[in-house]
Amino acid sequence: MSEADRIAEIVAAHAHREGPLLPILHEVQARFGCVSAKAEAEIAMALNLSRAEVHGVVSFYHDFASEADPRPCVELCRAEACQARGVEALIDAADVAAGERVRLKTVYCLGLCSVGPAARTGDVLHARLDKERLTSLIESA
Amino acid sequence: MTLVRISDDALALACGADAVAQAFAAAGCEVQRVSSWGMHWLEPLAEIDGMGFGPLVPDDVAGVLDGSSNKAIDRIEEHPFIAGQQRLTFARAGRTQPLSLEDYATTGGWIGLERARAMTPEQVVEEVVTSGLRGRGGAGFPAGIKWRTVLQAQGARKYIVCNADEGDSGTFADRMLMEGDPFQLIEGMAIAAHAVGAQRGYIYVRSEYPHAIAKLNAALALCADRIAPFEIEVRVGAGAYVCGEETSLLNSLEGKRGEVRAKPPLPALEGLFGCPTVVNNVLTLAAVPHILTPGGASLYDSLGVDRSKGTMPIQLAGNIKHGGLYETAFGVTLGKLVNEIGGGTASGRPVKAVQVGGPLGAYVHPDRFDLPFDYEAFAAADGLIGHGGVTVFDDSADMARQAKFAMQFCAAESCGKCTPCRIGSTRGVELIDRIRAGGRVPDAVEALPQMHNASKSDRSREENIALLEDLCETMRDASLCALGGFTPYPVLSALRNWPEDFE
Repeated sequence: MSEADRIAEIVAAHAHREGPLLPILHEVQARFGCVSAKAEAEIAMALNLSRAEVHGVVSFYHDFASEADPRPCVELCRAEACQARGVEALIDAADVAAGERVRLKTVYCLGLCSVGPAARTGDVLHARLDKERLTSLIESA
Repeated sequence: MTLVRISDDALALACGADAVAQAFAAAGCEVQRVSSWGMHWLEPLAEIDGMGFGPLVPDDVAGVLDGSSNKAIDRIEEHPFIAGQQRLTFARAGRTQPLSLEDYATTGGWIGLERARAMTPEQVVEEVVTSGLRGRGGAGFPAGIKWRTVLQAQGARKYIVCNADEGDSGTFADRMLMEGDPFQLIEGMAIAAHAVGAQRGYIYVRSEYPHAIAKLNAALALCADRIAPFEIEVRVGAGAYVCGEETSLLNSLEGKRGEVRAKPPLPALEGLFGCPTVVNNVLTLAAVPHILTPGGASLYDSLGVDRSKGTMPIQLAGNIKHGGLYETAFGVTLGKLVNEIGGGTASGRPVKAVQVGGPLGAYVHPDRFDLPFDYEAFAAADGLIGHGGVTVFDDSADMARQAKFAMQFCAAESCGKCTPCRIGSTRGVELIDRIRAGGRVPDAVEALPQMHNASKSDRSREENIALLEDLCETMRDASLCALGGFTPYPVLSALRNWPEDFE
């Protein structure tokens, strides 16, 4: 099945919903790792929107990317509660451990504010991170 | 067979609850996964016949079972952290299995909905007004008044929207409720739907909460016939903090950029798809089933102080020894929360600052630990209680850095619609850098002869601080929503309470 067919299938699966654009974009992002310019055009056509409208939405939200990044991703919380628990002191070591191989993404709050520093890999959460635990988490990502 | 109860809340899982549960199962125990008690420093916490053990690692299991464990905390219900609370919204926390309809029904579930459906919509709204319930999302608007507006509004369709975009750092009560007691939120929404005549509801959950999304979807599948003909759908956010603002959230639900709308029109009159819409926070809606039980509204009204009625689930977070969820009637002092209940800092160092109300809340100095937890008292002290998050910092915190972070966060998360927030936040970051650097030399453009209004001399530190205060005033008074409007709270409170950090 071509990419265009798959996108058409995703759009069709959500078209009955009220305000279907975000659910569609989530699924496209999950399946292709990004919402490409081509995908934006196809979604716009299917929903009778302009490409600019769809691109405006894609570029607004942090969760959608225009290009896929195949590297494994570790999301590290650097919001206030994790700052208070010392996440900033771990950043240098985390950057070294990640190198070019792992994508280290900053997020603001995973809701684990009493047991930070916290991180997320996929749907798996990690709490009470120190330098050793975070480094090994990144290295095994 | 020994019955062991362990939480499957995201926080317990992050602390390793699954491995502990497997170790108990391997040792021949029956393991039941329940919601979290909210004593986060003890997670993973195991409960056997009411006795608690935590925080556990798999190697502790043998010791727990043969009675030699040094991690016993005695009876959980009698633990001072639990015994001191007054739990209404979190009455089931730690006690029930989140997705068990039987557990929910035997602990008073659906009583509020059945009673509400036997009443007229007007009567339900009046009970909520009587209870004094105010919106728990931060603004503290009386929920009953909002519902009355929607009830009286004309519209072919009406919606109930649950704001579960809990983006504030230091808050996790929405997450705990959605994961631990999803039926209570659903029941609250169904009552709201009956009260205002809505046919459809949406729960807008942030994408950072995958466990909450899964629990809600599973719960909705289990109780769809119970709330019918009302229908609820879970919608997932996409990483934008500003979508916690109600009008931005509505735009996002409609499939648009999460830009803030100007008010009026109020969402209660023209909300989702232009229809009358109730937008309430998770904790507001989850408080409703209890209020609708017989006598619930007057009990709620009897708790709390002044105009802050009922209980508030307070979240103790950051550098705190005993972090977790503490639900109590309004009026408890900040000092008691941090020092007595929270046990001071986790690092053992002195408390330097406490940020109340998330990234947009003021940094409170320990001098003001006499402040009671109450909407008006915090507003009078140039702060806010917001969603009830209390984030503690020890004396290693650099408050100028925290002030700069507040501006950076606002710049990163601004929706871009209004100028004070979009531009002001970036200028604020630059100004704080300059204040810390001791001033700034005019650049080449400012030095040009045609730049008549630009200062030709170096701006002093005092002038830069005055400029920052001016900027904060502009952002506070001219921003469209709370993101730009409240960012000055953490900045100015840091500047006023810890001026030495800005040198």
